[in-house]
Amino acid sequence: MVRNLEDLIVRTCSRIMIPFLQIYSLYVYVHGHTSPGGGFQGGCIMAASFILLAVAYDIGEAKRRFSERLNGLFCCLGVFIYAGTGAVALIFSGNFLDYSSWQHIIPAGPVMARYYGIAMIELGVEITVMAVMVSIFLDLVTAGDHEAVLEGNHD
Amino acid sequence: MNRLLSLCITLLAGLLLLYGVEEFPRWGDPQQPANVHVSPRYIEKTLPETGVPNAVTSVLADYRGYDTMFETSVIFTAGVAVMMLLRRSNGKKS
Repeated sequence: MVRNLEDLIVRTCSRIMIPFLQIYSLYVYVHGHTSPGGGFQGGCIMAASFILLAVAYDIGEAKRRFSERLNGLFCCLGVFIYAGTGAVALIFSGNFLDYSSWQHIIPAGPVMARYYGIAMIELGVEITVMAVMVSIFLDLVTAGDHEAVLEGNHD
Repeated sequence: MNRLLSLCITLLAGLLLLYGVEEFPRWGDPQQPANVHVSPRYIEKTLPETGVPNAVTSVLADYRGYDTMFETSVIFTAGVAVMMLLRRSNGKKS
């Protein structure tokens, strides 16, 4: 399964690459308005940075940086941001997911309110995709038993 | 005998599908129904209605936002399902 490789080159390279991966993920998310990209792609790149950390170091290092509790919270938070952004429109007697109702909250016209509404729901998508990808990776690579792999008594 | 029957069914189904393809509109035909009704509406109204220059993003997140919301829910459900099926807890609080 996961062996503890103490490889200096791999660790140094991944340490250099991870910040750029995360910045690039945010770039893909923010730039989704004008070019190919958006929450799904950005979230996958963000998850890839944590998976690279887990591969280059070990599961424990990845879990120290991005704990299991925070991961579970982020899984739900993304869907909540998405649905909440849509549900706010209901308060201002708009349709569900009609972001132009956000003009009553943020200082923008109806068109720009839809622009920022798209940015908000893409943020929700990014958070959920990132957390779920990391969670699925950690569960599959340890066959669901994180502690056994961390203690090294796996078969 | 059984394999011959399977081959006949496969060939018949393939021929039926090829016959159906004949009725499709030509690829890239500007007069086909998908290009006449809904595409021009999005291409013309995306920028004035949402302020987003990328029509793909505006369709994905705004016009078809309901679809994308449940795509996100499907990913969430997949993560929860993997957790339920695989994750074993030995009772310790981590």
